[in-house]
Amino acid sequence: MTLFLQQLINGLSLGAIYALIALGYTMVYGTLQLINFAHSEVFMMGAFAAFLFAGAMGWGDGAGVGAAAAVALVAMGSCAILGMTIERIAYRPMRKSTRLNMLITAIGVSIFLQNLALRLWGTNLTFPDLIAKTNWEIAGVNVASNSVMVLGVTLVLMIGLTWLIEKTKIGLAMRAVSHSRETAALMGIPVDRTISFTFALGSALAGAGAFLFLLGAPKVDPQMGAMPGLKAFVAAVLGGIGSVPGAVVGALVLGLCETFVSGYVSSTWRDAVAFCVLIVILLYKPSGLFGKHIVEKV
Amino acid sequence: MAVGRYNRALPELPVSLILALGLLACNGGASNGEKGEIVIGEYGSLTGTAATFGLSTKEGVELATKEQNTAGGIAGNTIRVVVEDDQSKPEEAATAVNKILSSDRPVAVLGEVSSSRSLAAAPLLQRASVPMISPSSTNEKVTLIGDYIFRVCFIDPFQGEAIAKFAYGDKGLRKVAILEDVKNDYSVGLAKVFTENFTAMGGEIVGQEAYSEGDFDFKAQLTNLIAKEPEALILTGYYTEVGLIARQARELGFKGVFLGGDGWDSEKLVENGKDAIVGGYYTNHYSVDDPSPAVQDFIKKYEAEYHKKPDGLAALGYDAAKILYMAMTDVAKDPAMAAAFADRSSTPATDETRLAARKALRDRLAVVKDYPGVTGNITIDKDRNAEKPAVVVEVTKDGPKFVSKISPKGSEPAPAAPVDPAAPPADPAAAPPAAPK
Repeated sequence: MTLFLQQLINGLSLGAIYALIALGYTMVYGTLQLINFAHSEVFMMGAFAAFLFAGAMGWGDGAGVGAAAAVALVAMGSCAILGMTIERIAYRPMRKSTRLNMLITAIGVSIFLQNLALRLWGTNLTFPDLIAKTNWEIAGVNVASNSVMVLGVTLVLMIGLTWLIEKTKIGLAMRAVSHSRETAALMGIPVDRTISFTFALGSALAGAGAFLFLLGAPKVDPQMGAMPGLKAFVAAVLGGIGSVPGAVVGALVLGLCETFVSGYVSSTWRDAVAFCVLIVILLYKPSGLFGKHIVEKV
Repeated sequence: MAVGRYNRALPELPVSLILALGLLACNGGASNGEKGEIVIGEYGSLTGTAATFGLSTKEGVELATKEQNTAGGIAGNTIRVVVEDDQSKPEEAATAVNKILSSDRPVAVLGEVSSSRSLAAAPLLQRASVPMISPSSTNEKVTLIGDYIFRVCFIDPFQGEAIAKFAYGDKGLRKVAILEDVKNDYSVGLAKVFTENFTAMGGEIVGQEAYSEGDFDFKAQLTNLIAKEPEALILTGYYTEVGLIARQARELGFKGVFLGGDGWDSEKLVENGKDAIVGGYYTNHYSVDDPSPAVQDFIKKYEAEYHKKPDGLAALGYDAAKILYMAMTDVAKDPAMAAAFADRSSTPATDETRLAARKALRDRLAVVKDYPGVTGNITIDKDRNAEKPAVVVEVTKDGPKFVSKISPKGSEPAPAAPVDPAAPPADPAAAPPAAPK
């Protein structure tokens, strides 16, 4: 039982990080029908931003919660700016062309950012432990302060995001643009600005994800975004790409699935089984767990 | 494309002189006593996940090359090392070697650290009959690729035995668990050999799990292993993941010790793993605490050049280059061979002589005996592996600390024998068997 609970906590904290990245994929897809392959690099850049900012401020191990919060905000802010810049420079000029062209552009941006980071900062840097770590043992289950923080921050961000999308004017505009860009434009919604905001929001969440990721795996590397990015993309598809709650549920399902397969089946089968689950779900529910079934109107 | 594709390590000569040398080399002018240039290839992970491996090796090779050139090069010819980056990827290693082979026509090639990447590129060099010396690929399959592939480090069957001996004997461990990197030939091979030795001694492997290079979450596997209450975790992967694994294991409440192989050897290990990995032990090729003059002399030279302590890979890079230059110097005593080394033109006739020179170099490398390297006395055995002792070092905040030395089966290493200045026998086939055992 303790083993089960331990794996449950492992799986949830892994899923939480996937969720923060998956949201960026799903929100951009919702508005532009674009799979933003550069998103995993935005995540990576967020980690570098956090690393560089902590370094510039001279914050090392045990710098405290305040420092950590500041670093997290800087990571989110830099990602938001980067996301908007990518949209403005690379995607907006392509918006009228075919979706395939945009996809290729996204892959290009991704490769560019990876190599830029490699050129500028190098590989395998270590992020400091800004907050001293503690472990609590509750009924034989080890709970690290990291995992608690990952789950806590993710929960707060989810609530904030839901409020923003459901209750604010800009949230309404986002929903309208994702429903129909042309109609939204006719209704006087500033489409460009809304899309920009969507990118900023999704990228900021990736920045937060990067910061939380570094708490558990403090290695900053130009290729660090590839694997989490791919998994988060799978999570977004699993949950129904375009659906916000879908991305979160999909990410948690994937995280738990990976962890339990490792724990109870075999660690070498981890990814294989996780991806098989994806295939099975998509076979029976092609639009994902929460995806809308789109009826083609004639 | 990644950065740093080229790094042409030229000695500090005026440009004009280099040009002049280059022209002479093109004319194949070394035969009449004029100076030419000899090109050596090197491929390694200068960027990518395991970048410290390639960079350390490169520095070791650079140092050896500089010394050789200062001392007159090879029969008066300057050595130039052409370095290609493989971005820590096996497929890029093959590309890098292809590039070196086609555009630089090297006499020999140094590389790689990682067994997976050596295995990817070695067949190309074997096919082209260009001798390759891997400084530090320990998987036994590497030199089995062919008779042109050498190495100057011990191999995993010995390394696995050394870790098992240390774990069972010195540390008195009886129940251990293994976490291996399934994508890494070295890691899988080492885990297998360790298991064989440790169980043969009477120890028990209570659990074994795997991960893949580039993973960042190991908690599921670790939770499983820790539930079986091992006294130690054997981590056979590279430093790139070991630091993270150690941290996550401690977060899950693991109190035991971590053990591993030479893949841990990087300054990044403690940087990544911090307190979690401190107190762990791994086998390595040499230790900076070794008081022997060969080691201390090397450390002094290296520090003067790079302002840091050399790791094991730098020492092996240095030894690999030194042995290569020693063998080349011997072969180049024949002026025709020296001319062939420096000649990079390609006509059927010159191709023939260049091949003969590389063959002579290969034969000389095959009979290296008791070469006093920084990493121990190096004797190339019949499978073109080096037989030499391993050291066990402890991970501390101030770098690795020497714990013990483990010698190959039965044979205590003889005290440093003199270099074998005796040129190779004219007929290498008549040479005495290279390995003592």
